[in-house]
Amino acid sequence: MRSKLDSFVDALLPVFATLAALGVGALMLLILRVNPGEAYGALWEGAFGSTNAIAETLVKSVPLLLVGLGICIAFRASVINIGAEGQMIIGGLMATQIGLVFTDLPGWMVIIMAIFAGFLGGAIWGGIPGALKAYFNVNEILSTVMMNAIAVQIMNYMLRGPMIDPAQLEKASKIPQTARLADAFRLPRLAPTRLHLGFVIAIALAILVYILLWRTTLGYRIRAVGQNPHASRYGGIRVRRRIVTALLLSGALAGIAGAIQVYGVNYRMITDGSSTGFTGGAGFNGIVAALFGQLHPIGTIPASIFFGALLVGANKMQRAVQIPSALIGALNGLVVIFVVSSEMWRNKRQKDRLSIESDVVNMGESPSDDPTSTPEEVLA
Amino acid sequence: MKKLLFVLVLTFALVLTACGGAPVEEAPVEEAPAEEAPAQEAPAEEMPSEEAPVEEMAEAFKVAVIMPSSTTDLAFSQSMFDALLAIQEEMGGEAAMEIAYSEGMFKVDDAAAAIRDYAAEGFNLVIAHGSQYGSSLQEIAPDFPETSFAWGTTLNTFSEEGINNVFAYEANSQEGGYVNGVIAASLSEAGVIGVVGPIEAGDASLYVKGFVAGAEAVNADVTVNINWIGSFSDVALAAEAANTHVAAGADVLTGTAQMVVGAVGVAEASGVLWFGTQSSQTSLAADVVVANQVYDWTVALDEMIALIKEGTYGGTAYTITLDNGGIVMDYNGAYDLPADVKAAADAAVEGIKDGSIVIPVE
Amino acid sequence: MNPELVIVGVLTSGIRLATPYLYAAIGETFGQRSGVLNLGVDGQMLLGAFAAFYVAFTTGNLWLGLLAAIIVGALMGLAMAFVTVNLQAVQGISGIGFYLFGLGMSELLFKMMLGTVETVKGFPIVSIPFLGDIPFVGKIFFQQNIMVYGAFLLVPLAWFILNKTTLGLKIRAVGENPEAADSLGVSVARIRYFTIILGGILSGLAGASMSIALLNVFQQNMTSGLGFIAVALVYFGAWRAWGVLAGALLFSFVNSIQLWMQVLNVPIPSEIAVMLPYILTIIVLVLTVSRVRPPSALTKPFDRGD
Repeated sequence: MRSKLDSFVDALLPVFATLAALGVGALMLLILRVNPGEAYGALWEGAFGSTNAIAETLVKSVPLLLVGLGICIAFRASVINIGAEGQMIIGGLMATQIGLVFTDLPGWMVIIMAIFAGFLGGAIWGGIPGALKAYFNVNEILSTVMMNAIAVQIMNYMLRGPMIDPAQLEKASKIPQTARLADAFRLPRLAPTRLHLGFVIAIALAILVYILLWRTTLGYRIRAVGQNPHASRYGGIRVRRRIVTALLLSGALAGIAGAIQVYGVNYRMITDGSSTGFTGGAGFNGIVAALFGQLHPIGTIPASIFFGALLVGANKMQRAVQIPSALIGALNGLVVIFVVSSEMWRNKRQKDRLSIESDVVNMGESPSDDPTSTPEEVLA
Repeated sequence: MKKLLFVLVLTFALVLTACGGAPVEEAPVEEAPAEEAPAQEAPAEEMPSEEAPVEEMAEAFKVAVIMPSSTTDLAFSQSMFDALLAIQEEMGGEAAMEIAYSEGMFKVDDAAAAIRDYAAEGFNLVIAHGSQYGSSLQEIAPDFPETSFAWGTTLNTFSEEGINNVFAYEANSQEGGYVNGVIAASLSEAGVIGVVGPIEAGDASLYVKGFVAGAEAVNADVTVNINWIGSFSDVALAAEAANTHVAAGADVLTGTAQMVVGAVGVAEASGVLWFGTQSSQTSLAADVVVANQVYDWTVALDEMIALIKEGTYGGTAYTITLDNGGIVMDYNGAYDLPADVKAAADAAVEGIKDGSIVIPVE
Repeated sequence: MNPELVIVGVLTSGIRLATPYLYAAIGETFGQRSGVLNLGVDGQMLLGAFAAFYVAFTTGNLWLGLLAAIIVGALMGLAMAFVTVNLQAVQGISGIGFYLFGLGMSELLFKMMLGTVETVKGFPIVSIPFLGDIPFVGKIFFQQNIMVYGAFLLVPLAWFILNKTTLGLKIRAVGENPEAADSLGVSVARIRYFTIILGGILSGLAGASMSIALLNVFQQNMTSGLGFIAVALVYFGAWRAWGVLAGALLFSFVNSIQLWMQVLNVPIPSEIAVMLPYILTIIVLVLTVSRVRPPSALTKPFDRGD
């Protein structure tokens, strides 16, 4: 086992990498004749400077965390889900429809139904690429990219057609949006800020996903398929079915993210013609958050908050020093590249220490990242 | 693995506290309502290039604008930014009026954060320049009764919801669309016109309806082919839609939203005429642009600012039209427009102004 | 409307639309064949598009613009290669990082250096002697600009390199079994550097084909996710140049058909029409059930051990 110091250094690597990326960003700021100290001060201020800022950071982290959890499941099964944008949209649409139809039901019931609808919508949009991969050998990167584009068009059509706000129909400029959800259907707020119950739901789901992956047979099988499909097949695991399950669950979590975005933040669906208008790019950023979190559900929690803080703070920075928002995008990219690159040192250090253990893993006999849950234990 | 994660969480919390912020864990229970943060607390942000004396800054009228696209998109966002710059100049430069902007805010909740932030910083007027921002505004405006907000394009000031510090603005884009349509149909020899639009809703749909009505008023047999490409950003598809129109025989094109720059390029390369809307697109293709409908939001903004200075923070909805000068027909001087066509266009403008021409938009 | 007109229209549009996909997807094919997944194509394209446009705009020389796109693409590829080969970073994620970087950086440079949308006179249409005069076919295939010809010539060239040369053999070996390739004296790192930089160059050219040949403008995010479609097409084409060509043509032809459907007033909502290329690409792939498996070492970093 490694020492505490080692773990500490490992855990700090992403932080160092981020600082290095921000260092490069500081150079870019200097070129733009902006004082980096002032800019990064604003970034910090925007992310953590006040109760409100912290709440905004947490609000931002909710979809990242939910998408990230889905990514954890998918990656554990060795599938890359870059379809979370579309899955969020379909989940959001179906959840919104619940709130628009069942206007007479009590709020808590509608919220539960809506989250379930989000789950279902995302599960469908994730399950299709899963089935296509498992049974027709259609690569999931291809299908999820295509399904994202299809979801955007469905959203545009639904919001300017069947689901449009009846009030907009009477106006000349028909804004493509649904009616606003009833006040009773909103997710309760946790403080006098925008922070809503969705944050708690997301944390609870993170724990659930952890239990699913490391404490259940299904989780064991998903991880086994990811580690070595051939060995799993000999071991009696239905590989295809597990691939479908993994993508389906992955999509479902993104779908819940969509539902929570509607019931916790926007209170309606509205389209600007793109997916990011609704998702805020969480479908991609969630992937990054999951990786920051070592593809572990619990690790994804601080990682999402970290990335949420970066996004919220960066917007504040843009406003404070009036630089083009594009710089923020470029900076985010740099952070991702630096953090991913810093993994090497961690892996190298880990490999040196755990060379024997990793050999076992590579044999595909037991997908035991977590020494506390041996397969025997799970299967017993 | 577990240990590592624990340390990761711990470190994260540590880093946060070490850097002087409140630990994340305490966030939900903390009670300080930062929303009501006094305006003086956050000092006025300056435009990076400018060094105005502090005393004057305090008196400057502060306007913030949140835009979905960029300040230079030759379309919707630029129309607002240009108007603000014009007003700034009119009022006496940056000392008299300060402009802060957030562009590229296509993410609705980022925009919401920006709106709240500008309000908290004591801006006098916060403009949310996109109908997708309405919901956020409805929620934020009541928290800042001393701040005035404006949004568009819509006529909904939320006064029915008891909110009285929100202005709304809208453009009758069908009016300039109609005039463009009249000129287009008069100039088209083939009798075929192509339209490239983003999604069939909102301002774009209104413009196209006006355009078609105008074209058909001149030539009942005109064919107007419409392509909705399903995106505000896909320049390549917009260009190919324009190519398709040209191949289908169109000798006049128009289009709306920021991705049409691709289509303007095709119009120029194919030597077919182009009609612009929202902002002037003449600079893109001086050979083929005939006319543009240009939004001049100063008409609405001047009135809003006057009201704000009197202490009225909202409740009025403005529609810019040809009649009130908010919609301006901008002709490309380099294009030799035949006098009879110009006369027909002027007649259309007059007809719309005096109400003798009613454009069906349903 | 005259059916011949429509058919010629669909085909010429499709050929044009396919052009950027071909550059980017062929570049990605080289990378994936050597075991590297690059999801940053869209970002590389945007930077290439901007570089080409800016240089062409300021110097008035399209060839210098093309050179700029190549250099910028190569630099992006070099960075990507360093990150994935030397630092052994997770490829999918670092690709997304490069995408975000390219997206932001190209817009930033655009704002700082140009400020507003401008136009250039791009590569003109070159009618190939004799071939261009053939009725019907000539107009579709042989009256295009030079970037379009380049994209289609790239396909047989890529096929030849991958299948008929030692270099191609090495690339495939590195993608299938880097350990074995390494033991035979092939430098896995060098080959991957080569394919990733080549991929970057071709992505840069894909961007240039848009900004100085097909559209002749630059606008922020002008690719609008096109690079991701290009990556998807590599899977469609099962890592073969001709397959990629088939995918790019299918996607583009259906796209031009949907544009024509709207022009011809086919009574379906425009959104359904816009969806068609995406849906049909999936359906065709399902129907032609492919059992080709990806290069074995795809996305796996190679570590020689010290």
